[in-house]
Amino acid sequence: MQTTLPKKPVAEKTYCYHCGDECLFEPILAHEKHFCCEGCKTVYELLQDNGLCDYYELEKTPGLSLKQPKSSEAYEFLDEEVISKKLIDFTDGKTTKVTFYIPAIHCSSCLWLLENLPRLESSVISSRVNFVKKELTIAFQQDNVSLRKIVELLASIGYAPLITLEDEAKEQRKASSPNRKLYAQLGVAGFCFGNTMLLSFPEYLGFDGDEEYLKQFVGYLNFLLALPVVFYSAQDYFVSAFKSLRKKFVNIDVPISLGIAALFLRSTYEVFLGGEAGYFDSLAGLLFFLLIGKWFQSKSYDHLSFERNYTSYFPLAVLKWVDGATRNIPVSDIKKGDILLIRNKELIPADGILISPSASVDYSFVTGESDPVKRTQNDLLYAGGRQRGASIKVLIEKDVSQSYLTQLWNHSSFVKENEEQYQQLINVIARYFTMAVMVLATGAFIFWWQQSPTLAVNAFTAVLIVACPCALALATPFTLGNAMVTMGKAGLYLKNTHIIEKMATINRLVFDKTGTLTYAKDGEVMLGGRYSDDELQAIFSVTGHSTHPLSRKLHEHLSQRFAQKLSVDKFKEIENKGIEAAVNGKAYRIGSPSFCFEEAQVSITEGNVVYLAIDGITRGHFSIRTKTRGGLKQVIQKLGASFKTTLLSGDRSTEQTLMKKVFPDETPMYFNQTPEMKLEYVAACQASGEKVMMLGDGLNDAGALQQADVGMAISEDVASFSPASDAILDAKSFERLPTFLLFARRARQIIFICFGVSFAYNIVGLSFAMTGMLTPLLAAILMPVSSISIVALSTVLVRLVAGRLKLT
Amino acid sequence: MKIIILLISISVVVAIVFLIAFLWAMKSGQYEDTYGPSVRMLFDDNIKKDENKTEK
Repeated sequence: MQTTLPKKPVAEKTYCYHCGDECLFEPILAHEKHFCCEGCKTVYELLQDNGLCDYYELEKTPGLSLKQPKSSEAYEFLDEEVISKKLIDFTDGKTTKVTFYIPAIHCSSCLWLLENLPRLESSVISSRVNFVKKELTIAFQQDNVSLRKIVELLASIGYAPLITLEDEAKEQRKASSPNRKLYAQLGVAGFCFGNTMLLSFPEYLGFDGDEEYLKQFVGYLNFLLALPVVFYSAQDYFVSAFKSLRKKFVNIDVPISLGIAALFLRSTYEVFLGGEAGYFDSLAGLLFFLLIGKWFQSKSYDHLSFERNYTSYFPLAVLKWVDGATRNIPVSDIKKGDILLIRNKELIPADGILISPSASVDYSFVTGESDPVKRTQNDLLYAGGRQRGASIKVLIEKDVSQSYLTQLWNHSSFVKENEEQYQQLINVIARYFTMAVMVLATGAFIFWWQQSPTLAVNAFTAVLIVACPCALALATPFTLGNAMVTMGKAGLYLKNTHIIEKMATINRLVFDKTGTLTYAKDGEVMLGGRYSDDELQAIFSVTGHSTHPLSRKLHEHLSQRFAQKLSVDKFKEIENKGIEAAVNGKAYRIGSPSFCFEEAQVSITEGNVVYLAIDGITRGHFSIRTKTRGGLKQVIQKLGASFKTTLLSGDRSTEQTLMKKVFPDETPMYFNQTPEMKLEYVAACQASGEKVMMLGDGLNDAGALQQADVGMAISEDVASFSPASDAILDAKSFERLPTFLLFARRARQIIFICFGVSFAYNIVGLSFAMTGMLTPLLAAILMPVSSISIVALSTVLVRLVAGRLKLT
Repeated sequence: MKIIILLISISVVVAIVFLIAFLWAMKSGQYEDTYGPSVRMLFDDNIKKDENKTEK
């Protein structure tokens, strides 16, 4: 510590100048500013040295907490050419271009700092941020600086890129956004709509008899303008209708396509043979509104990843032992028979046999149980475990894709059937709607046939035109689109709008425990008593030598504050009692009360308590307990009133009593659940007719999340880490979960109201069409009026409900 | 009144030019990042490096 710590009253809270976090310990004072940790201070100094302090001017406390710095080997694999090649976009031998996805990008300060990267590293030629996609494209001179250096620089200022080697993910990123085509179709439809409307005006106002040529001209022009609308803008509707018919199914695109085709054919006939104006303006307007609805619905959270597979949980590269030396190889290249070196805190990527004498493996990733398991030579180690302690050597037994953990991904539930979309509400209605329309159209045709075949054809097409369910098709996208945006602002991000429909029908909620109801990170550590900085650092150093779970938690908690360990002498660990050691000539004892005190005084506290004595004098205690999410009890009770609940936990039943207090009495609770058992439980519920929503947080829930009707991942850091799921819930919004579910039900009701209104429009329109009185002018008025009023109605209702539920 | 046919044709051609401009803007990725450019233009080009040097 180079600075002296000012004495501060405990009540006054200090916030870090860099990251804005509350300083948990005595703040570090430097440059007349407070910092919560060494990491934040270092970044500030780096920026100050390079004259980049504008960073702090643009936004208040824009920085990112650097409390858990990565180890120096973390990006070692980037030196390996096989791996770096996969990441690079382009290189000509001198200049290299690379694009990183950086989830931390969140404000204009980030943008400014990242685009000023050349000032921090002169070999960077240019850097450019795509704010919406949270991507940074960097061009650098590869002779002067390595890819690893660049990534390390980014990580050191708090913008660690999320690196993935998945080929699909990269290709998906490189491909132009899928919305581009929709934008183009919308643009073309809008252009044609506007022009056709203008050109149709004279027709509606009436031509003089001697201006017949003008009428003809306008008709031809409208026909030309309608061509791109029908054959470009509307093509998705035709394709979708055709596909669904081939599967012997009627979706909403079928009546839409029928309507478009009827409009186009009849208008073409009228313009070329009948000398009439046709309905081209209605046609273009119809497509324009429909595409706006589609665009509204397609808005999604591009930068969030809902489709993560297991490889994104695994390290990108592992150390392979070849001829007495190690080499970095990509995880995908691991083969049976390879010997891998797994260092402290590294993940075992594939099932293998332990060659080293012993290992201590933490399977919290797979089961949620965080106490490490001891393994000895020749034991089989399953993939997904994390080594704690010294490096171990593992002989790989199975390919990565075949190991115990990854086999879950090959489970049938991961091949979600496409049929799903046919169960959407709108498509169920479309089936009956189309049938009714066909009956009515045929009826009108037969009725008018005796009078005049022309009139019969007119009535037939008029019914198809007016019944084209434009308003009906707009009700769903606008209601769900609005609802999705509202939820997103409140902290629940959905993969697509259809999830809302599914959320509305849920009747059982299945919770995972660790990370979902309790915090994923180690328990909350409360410091009882006051300690000087030196003492805390000594405790940090001493606990670093112990593998006991409580020591580890204490050590990790203090590692937010300290990086350097002091030298520890006479370290001794006494089983079931505690640890003792000497630091700077003082004797430290950390452990159970009887171990630290002469006379055992037992004070009962919740969770685990560790006591501390220095030189035989009792100094205080640390209590470490599992921290449940804020408002957990209220949330569960609210949910318990309207849903059936279940608790599935991967770890031992130690916290059963705590959970019993929270959940309603009849809630089934299962402990020691493997990932497969969770999946099977969800499937069993579904088999008995229940609609299940699974809430989980990690790899060990991945199967169940996929199997469930709605899989919701709870994540502390929405952008960077969440398993494959339908929805991602920001942990901060956990308390709003009951509101979200209620809101989903309300959204469904709003859709029904809009359906009712649009049916009313259809009945009015049909009554004109059946009697053969549908004029182009009437169609041109009825169509936009119905569409716009539906859009307005759904928007207003969603806002109203959101306001009442306090979601906005 | 036949002149109106010419006028309409011209107006449609002008409109098509704008449609093409829109499609070009979209293809060139101008709708990919709608936030970045709006703040980027406000950044100072000259960084207060000198100011800092005098401080030291």
